[in-house]
Amino acid sequence: MASTYAKNRNVLPGFHLSLGFTLLYLSLLVLIPLSAAFLKSFTLTLDGFLAAAGSPRVLAAYKLSFGASLGAATINAVFGFIVAWVLVRYDFPGRRVIDALVDLPFALPTSVAGIALTAIYAPKGFLGSALEKIGVKVAFTPLGVLVALVFIGLPFVVRTVQPVLEELEAEKEEAAATLGAGRMAVFWKVLFPTVRPALLTGFALSFARAVGEYGSVIFIAGNIPLVSEITPLIIITKLEQYDYAGATAVAVVMLLISFALLLLINFLQWRMARHRQAST
Amino acid sequence: MAEITVQPVLLHGASKASTSSRVRSEPLWARVLLIGIALAFLTLFLFVPLGTVFYEATKKGFSTYVSAVTDPDARSAMKLTLMAAAIAVPLNALFGIAAAWAVTKFEFRGKQLLITLIDLPFSVSPVISGLIYMLLFGANGWFGPFLQERGIKIMFALPGIVLATIFVTVPFVARELIPLMEAQGKAEEEAAATLGASGLETFLRVTLPRIKWGVLYGVVLCNARAMGEFGAVSVVSGHIRGLTNTLTLHVEILYNEYQFAAAFAVASLLAMLALVTLVAKSLIEWRTSGEH
Repeated sequence: MASTYAKNRNVLPGFHLSLGFTLLYLSLLVLIPLSAAFLKSFTLTLDGFLAAAGSPRVLAAYKLSFGASLGAATINAVFGFIVAWVLVRYDFPGRRVIDALVDLPFALPTSVAGIALTAIYAPKGFLGSALEKIGVKVAFTPLGVLVALVFIGLPFVVRTVQPVLEELEAEKEEAAATLGAGRMAVFWKVLFPTVRPALLTGFALSFARAVGEYGSVIFIAGNIPLVSEITPLIIITKLEQYDYAGATAVAVVMLLISFALLLLINFLQWRMARHRQAST
Repeated sequence: MAEITVQPVLLHGASKASTSSRVRSEPLWARVLLIGIALAFLTLFLFVPLGTVFYEATKKGFSTYVSAVTDPDARSAMKLTLMAAAIAVPLNALFGIAAAWAVTKFEFRGKQLLITLIDLPFSVSPVISGLIYMLLFGANGWFGPFLQERGIKIMFALPGIVLATIFVTVPFVARELIPLMEAQGKAEEEAAATLGASGLETFLRVTLPRIKWGVLYGVVLCNARAMGEFGAVSVVSGHIRGLTNTLTLHVEILYNEYQFAAAFAVASLLAMLALVTLVAKSLIEWRTSGEH
C-alpha cells in the first residue's frame, strides 16, 4: 500500500475513498458470491462432481450449448459484417433508424424475444407453418436454439466491426486501386486484414454471450432432454430438485469456460487496439 | 445491452456520412445485393420478432389488451420491476462513477485486473448469477440458517431480486465512463484542485458537467437491462404471483398458462421500454457527437 501511495504524487483527492468503495462493492456483490460457487463445489467428492457435471444428459447439453453458440456466432460474423459494411459505406433510406435498431437484442428483455421467436417458428406460426411444408422444423428442435442465439448475438459483430470500418483510411484503398488492383483484390488484401481482429472479437463476444443465454432460448427450445436442453436450463432443473451441489458443479464448469473466454476476448481486444494504433 | 464499448467512439458513434470516392465503392448491382442481404437478415431476426410482439398483443382486441396490462398481478409485477430498478440503477451509477474516478485519475498496481473484474458479470450466465445468491442466502445456503433464525427473507423476496439485478448490471455505467474519462484526462481537475477547490467542488463543478452525458448513457442501458433481466431473477424470485413476480417473469407465467394474448400484451410494454431505450440512446449519441 505504501508503494502504491508513493506512486500517487497527485493533487487530486478521493483516491482511497473511490478505490475503497469500488473494491468493497465489487467484493460484496460480485467476488464473494462468485467464490461461493467454487467453494460449494469443493464439498463434492471428485466422483460426485463428475457424476453431476458429466452425466450423459449434461454432456448432451454442453454439446448443444457450445455447438449452437458456435453456429450462431459464425452466422453473426458473416451477416453482422455485411450489416456493418452496408451501414458504414452505403446510404439508403432509413439507414439511421436501422442503425439504432441493431441494438434491439440488447434492449429487449430475453423472455419477450423468446416468446416472439416461438410464436413465429411454432408449427402454426407465421414462418413455422411455411417451413413445415418444406419439412423443416425450427421450434422445439436444436435449430430453434440456434435461431434464438443468432438473435441474441446479433449486435456484437456489427458494433465491433462498425467503428473499424468507419476509420479505414481512403488512401490505402485508393492507392491499391490506382495500382490496378480489382475491387475484390482491394477488399481481401487491404480492407479485410484491417477488419479481421475486430471481426474475431465480435465473434468471440457473440459466442460468449450465447453460451450462457437462457431467457430467449427456453421457450423455443422445447427443452427435450438429450435433444434440445441447454446447459443453463440444466442448472435451473437441478436447483428445482434442491440439488444445489449438482447445480453448482455444472455452474463451475460453465464459469471456468466463461473466464477462459473472457481472457481470450481481453487478449483479442488488446490486439485490436494495438492493430488500430499501428494503422493510424 | 451494449456490452461492447470497445473504445470511446461508441458514445459519439452514429456513423459518419458514407465516403463516396468512386474507387472506394462497388458497382450498383453489388451495392443493391449487399443492402438486400443486410435488410433481409435484419428483417428476419429483428423486425419480424419485434412486430410479432405488437401483433400478437393486439390480435384479440383492445379490451383483452387493457385487461391484461391492468390485471392486479400485472400491476404488482410492474411495481416490483420498477422498485428493483430504482434501487439497482442508482447504486450501480454511484459505483460506476467511483470506479471510473479511481481508475482514470490515479495510477495503482492491479488497475488492469480491476477493470477486468468490473466486466466479470457480463461473462457470467444470468442463471449462475442467480444461483450464487441462492448458495449464500437460500434456505440451505451459508447464511440461510442465520437469516432464518432472525426471520430475514432474502431469497424469494425483494432483496434477492435486487441483488441479482445489481449483479447483472454492475458494469454498465463504469464501462461507459472509464474510456470517456480516460480520454478527457485530469488536467482540468488538477487545475481546480491547485486553485484551492475542495474535492467535492472539483467533482461537482469540473468533472460532473463533462461526464453527465456518459453517466446518462450508462444509466439508460443499465436501466433497460435491470428492468428486462430474466434468467437471474427467475432463479431467486420463487415465482410467487402478486409478490415476487417481475414483469419478465409475469410474461413467462402467462405464456406457460397458454394465455398468449395476455403474455404478449405484457411483453409489448417491455418492448416499448426497449424502443424508448434505443431512442434515448440515439439522442444521447447525437447530442454528444457534436462535442468532439
